[in-house]
Amino acid sequence: MAPRTPLLAMIDTKGWIFLGVLLAVCLIVPLFNLAVPPGSPLHVPTYVVSLLGKYLCYALLALSLDLVWGYGGILSLGHGAFFGLGGYAMGMYLMRQIGPRGVYGHPVLPDFMVFLNYKELPWYWLGFDFFPFAALMVLLVPGLLGFLFGWLAFRSRVTGVYLSIITQAMTYALMLAFFRNDMGLGGNNGLTDFKDILDFNVQAQGVRVTLFVLTAVALALGYLIARFMTVSAYGKILVAIRDAEPRTRFLGYRPHHYKALAFTVSAMMAGVAGALYVPQVGIINPSEFTPTNSIEAVIWVAVGGRGTLVGAALGAVLINYAKTLLTGAMPEAWLFALGALFVLVTLFLPQGIVGTLIARLGDRKARIAARLPPEPDIPPRLLEEGRGS
Amino acid sequence: MIRLLVYLLLALAFAGPVRAQSPADAAYTRLASDSYAEIEASIVGLAASGDPRTAPVIQALAEGRLFYRPADKALFVKQGDAVTDARTGVPAPATEGLKPVRANNKVRRALDSALGTLNLLAPDPGKRREAAEAVFKARDATVLPALEAALSRETDAGVKRTLQEARAAVVLAKPGSTEADRLAAVATIQGRADGDAMGILRALSADPSAAVQAAAAKGVAAIETRLALIAGASNVWYGISLGSVLLLAAIGLAITFGVMGIINMAHGEMVMLGAYTTFLVQEAIRAHAPGLFEFSLAIAIPAAFLVGGGVGVGIERLVIRHLYGRPLETLLATFGISLILQQTVRSIFGPTNREVGAPQFMTGAFDLFGLSITWGRFWIVVFALAVFFGLMFVLRRTSFGLKTRAVTQNRRMAAAMGIRTPWVDALTFGLGSGIAGIAGVALSQIDNVSPNLGQGYIIDSFLVVVFGGVGSLWGTLVAALSIGVANKFLEPYAGAVLAKILLLVFIILFIQKRPRGLFALKGRSVEA
Repeated sequence: MAPRTPLLAMIDTKGWIFLGVLLAVCLIVPLFNLAVPPGSPLHVPTYVVSLLGKYLCYALLALSLDLVWGYGGILSLGHGAFFGLGGYAMGMYLMRQIGPRGVYGHPVLPDFMVFLNYKELPWYWLGFDFFPFAALMVLLVPGLLGFLFGWLAFRSRVTGVYLSIITQAMTYALMLAFFRNDMGLGGNNGLTDFKDILDFNVQAQGVRVTLFVLTAVALALGYLIARFMTVSAYGKILVAIRDAEPRTRFLGYRPHHYKALAFTVSAMMAGVAGALYVPQVGIINPSEFTPTNSIEAVIWVAVGGRGTLVGAALGAVLINYAKTLLTGAMPEAWLFALGALFVLVTLFLPQGIVGTLIARLGDRKARIAARLPPEPDIPPRLLEEGRGS
Repeated sequence: MIRLLVYLLLALAFAGPVRAQSPADAAYTRLASDSYAEIEASIVGLAASGDPRTAPVIQALAEGRLFYRPADKALFVKQGDAVTDARTGVPAPATEGLKPVRANNKVRRALDSALGTLNLLAPDPGKRREAAEAVFKARDATVLPALEAALSRETDAGVKRTLQEARAAVVLAKPGSTEADRLAAVATIQGRADGDAMGILRALSADPSAAVQAAAAKGVAAIETRLALIAGASNVWYGISLGSVLLLAAIGLAITFGVMGIINMAHGEMVMLGAYTTFLVQEAIRAHAPGLFEFSLAIAIPAAFLVGGGVGVGIERLVIRHLYGRPLETLLATFGISLILQQTVRSIFGPTNREVGAPQFMTGAFDLFGLSITWGRFWIVVFALAVFFGLMFVLRRTSFGLKTRAVTQNRRMAAAMGIRTPWVDALTFGLGSGIAGIAGVALSQIDNVSPNLGQGYIIDSFLVVVFGGVGSLWGTLVAALSIGVANKFLEPYAGAVLAKILLLVFIILFIQKRPRGLFALKGRSVEA
């Protein structure tokens, strides 16, 4: 039933611009970091590379949130939980890579476990010394939680505000749990002091650049997946559910299947974002689970423009750049600025930056179209195939 | 002054030999001895004498401040630089060559028990009770006569009971007491019903008398039941206490979210503003009218209501008004407002905790059937219920409440009947926010007053309202109290944090089962 759109045809203009910018960044940043000598004004220091990598991780998180909020109408205030879980899975791998080089020099146990008198590795740490296993867990753990949570909630038709509140409760519960020392995941301090990733020094310049490029690739892939999902027939039904869930249900669809799938994919994407975030930032701790973090991610999407995918990524990068600038220059002003942003965007820019731009351009197109013979918005191929199914 | 001293000394010089006739004086002389046995015997003698002047002397000896002059064996108490004559309490001129009265472990034991015995006769009932408790714990058979004497003199009923319990403990510890005495003692100890009593009765399982053994076993069982009951009752009480805090935090939200459907993420900040209002009111009172401090909370309540309500009306008029019908956007906008309010307070008052004092009536505790209840917590429970029923009254019985309900049930019809719906919206939101401010007054008494105060309550409050059923005030009450009690019953098994996590998970699952909460509103408006 899904129309087989050629992969390239499904990418629209803003998508091409987005991918183009991403590719350019992927080329320019490593080039100006590795090839330009440190003294030169064009040189990009390694810490900036990691900072940009962090922004891209946030962009991927925002993208995953836009998939469920912008297209499924599911306002998750707990996406930070999936981000954090992916991050912890990666953090556990990195902890195991330290091996006997910890402060206490224990051959197997990480430092905090030695400190807390653990005798042996807890069962859920087993296998994390093996990278493919850890990588699988980065996808599986957030995906499974997202699936279970989404399936239960959507099946009982918990929607709107209620869903937002329970997603917030979920990340809050996880935060409390991860703060406990008994959890065996570093408690308050989280996991840090990483040494190697896949036997490369995680601090090395080359590794940092590679991680940055990988993050950009992951973001591009995430965009393609989300775009593919939203332009397909599946995506149309998801939007139908967003706009009129009971009506879609009466038409014979099962909204909870569609929503649970979007939520699961989105959770996995957020998990990958978290996993890429941890080696670049060098620490993962329970503060990633604070509800405030998740709500902040929502505002990135709102500012960029929800339901546009590209806008979400743009919003995440812009706001985090502003945060870096402001918290450096005027730490007091940052919360005022962020708070005002929340209020002003919801009041005056409900479609976000990209959404507003598209609407403006659309207006101009419509004005032009009024003078020209009408032209279908959707490529003719799509229309035919839609009829055929 | 010096002349007066000289006269006094002269008088003392003559009075001394006369006083030496009394038995206490004989004991005093023996204190200034080289032999530990002598000193010990002297202490026992002094304690038995019941002479009120002996207490400071023994106290001084226990603290190593008692000295004697080898020449005439006169005793002196040193207090800092001042030296007083031990027998008369009159200041003595600084004397050379004083030697400290010596003590070894045996003497110190005698001292302890002597101090205990002496305090049994102290004029202050609190001190007497303390002494009786000490005897109860030590179970020294030698104090029995002193105990009997104290018992015969005692007038305070509470102290008398403690004395009887102490005597019972001593009787049980003494090897030679009769079976009848011991049975009576077991009965007395059983009445005490605490861990110490249980320990004493348990130790009797090796008693030579079978009757005493049986009585003790029965006593242990009775105490165990009673302790379990008290533990259960105290869990319920702490649960109600926690529940009333949740109720206070959530009840304003039950109006703004439950009745109006507005997701007000800045609700916690209204609570925080209420707490800071209390702080400001107390500061003003301390500066201008310290006598009014007892009434500071009573003054802070209307002030906090006005601050919270005023800010609430402002938010409604400026922001929320434009977002009706878009609940998720309201959520984001009010979250932004909460960030601004937090940072404003942080900029003005600083990020650290502010000290809010408790008036006299909020401090201390009282005892209810073996359950210790602090007044602060008690009044907060009372206050939470008062706010709840007050709000109920406003919504059910006043013209404003009628209009509020009309607008929420059918806005257009209400408008057609001449109700100015925008005003009702603003005032209802103001009411909810004002109640949050009032909650802040109460919470300032038990929580840290910091800019983050509200954040800690916001998730809990939303869960309480959703769990209870949106739009149902009774549901909010039941949800708050049951979450509080469940939390306190889980805590002993799971620990505080895990208990909270379990409850969060439970509520998340519960909402899956009943998405509309415990007391769901029925009807078509629910789906809108």
